[in-house]
Amino acid sequence: MIELDNVAYSYSGGALLAGMSLQLAPGSFHFLTGPSGAGKTTFLKLCYGALRPTGGALRLFGSDIAAMDRDAVALMRRRVGVVHQDCQFLDHLPVADNIALPLTVSGQASPDQGANLRELMTWVGLSDRAGALPPELSGGERQRAALARALILSPEVILADEPTGNVDWEMSQRLLRLLIELNRMGKTVLIATHDMALIRAAKAQVSARVLRIAGGTLQTAGAEL
Amino acid sequence: MSALLIRFGGLFTRDAAADRVVPPEGFTVRLTVFTAAAMAFLTVFALALSLAAGRLATTWGQELALASTLRISAPAGQQEAQTEAALRVLSQTPGVASARALTDEEQKALLEPWFGPGLPIESLPVPRLIEIVETEDGFDGEGLRLRLQAEVPGAVLDEHTRWRRPLVAAASRLRLLGWVSIALIGAATGAMVTLAANAALAANRKVIEVLRLVGATDGYIAGAFVRRFTLRTFTGAAAGMLAGMLAILFMPGGGEAGGFLTGLRFQSWHWLLPLLVPPLAALVAYAATRIAARRVLESLT
Repeated sequence: MIELDNVAYSYSGGALLAGMSLQLAPGSFHFLTGPSGAGKTTFLKLCYGALRPTGGALRLFGSDIAAMDRDAVALMRRRVGVVHQDCQFLDHLPVADNIALPLTVSGQASPDQGANLRELMTWVGLSDRAGALPPELSGGERQRAALARALILSPEVILADEPTGNVDWEMSQRLLRLLIELNRMGKTVLIATHDMALIRAAKAQVSARVLRIAGGTLQTAGAEL
Repeated sequence: MSALLIRFGGLFTRDAAADRVVPPEGFTVRLTVFTAAAMAFLTVFALALSLAAGRLATTWGQELALASTLRISAPAGQQEAQTEAALRVLSQTPGVASARALTDEEQKALLEPWFGPGLPIESLPVPRLIEIVETEDGFDGEGLRLRLQAEVPGAVLDEHTRWRRPLVAAASRLRLLGWVSIALIGAATGAMVTLAANAALAANRKVIEVLRLVGATDGYIAGAFVRRFTLRTFTGAAAGMLAGMLAILFMPGGGEAGGFLTGLRFQSWHWLLPLLVPPLAALVAYAATRIAARRVLESLT
């Protein structure tokens, strides 16, 4: 689904990532960890085409990103659900409209979407918050709304960047359960986090591979987890 | 061009729900509507000016073409004889289709705008005027002048074509100036909409990031802004056009005594021309916003 072959990324200040090789197989569950500033977010952005590698080859769903124009990347992104730490909503639209946004922009909005939307909002526990504006939501509600938005197009891959960064332990466990449930439905999940307790809790429930970015390279984390 | 027009037409049929992704408020709303209204108002006036100048050029050209005047300024006792002599010379001049002396009543009517009615023209040393109509080929003005000098010493030939040409040229230039003004107003509208669109796009950078995150193509994002600015411009231009047409409508009509300024009103089907202003302004806004959006989206990559 997502294949990195010796991928490097550098910016004007210097090299950030180098020699990264990885294959995200369908239905797999991955954690990506590493210290702050190690490049976890950059890695995720490479995985959904928000950034283009400066070296190596990156294939998204079998297509080389180097050969894709911006519109092709946008279309590919509909197959990837992204959950950001800061969630990123359109603050002038109610939560329900924000969650339905991928349907709107992809031209898939339809009169019968209401039932699916309500079902999804109930699943993430936001059925009573449909009309609220994003600034009115708590941290946990925002994360769940972001997750619901990431799922509305039924993507094959879920990429989550510190999804539990702004929520308490109980809420982080709830989010983790949702992500594990999605993985059991066959979705590929990659979660970037520095929360080791979360990783340990997940490994008790699901077979997850833990990757670590250190010194600009990607390593498989050891048995210490 | 046809593809552009098809896309432009699509603005009015596309699902308006998609527009909601861009926040509705902002100073650019008022700026765009006001600018479009002001520009449309000015366009209607420039159009009226241009059409009026065109009419003036045509009228002057038609009225003065192939016409000349001979003025007989002779002592009271000789005027009648010199008039007859002049008419005789004119009847023998090749290129003169007809010539006739104006009557006292006609001369009085010509002087009335300056001296008022009841002018005792008989008691005043007013020169006699002879109206000459030329053939298509015209006459030899210099030859006629020399002959008149010899035979009718009090005659002064006034060839209208001599002073008609610069007047017609001036009116034509004025008409051109009107069209240039319309073009400049269109360009200024485009520039203003571009500035407003750039400001809106910059202010909505976060919105663009979110839309990209959820898989919106550049065309979709640009379309949301383009549709908004196009419709705002159309609305403003329609208001400005109506105001301009009302202003023109309430200007005094050009009567017989009317001058150039009082003849600014549109005539007959020309009243339909201002209706083109809103769609043309919207087309300018569409192109300007589309180019601006593409440029900004490219820079945000």
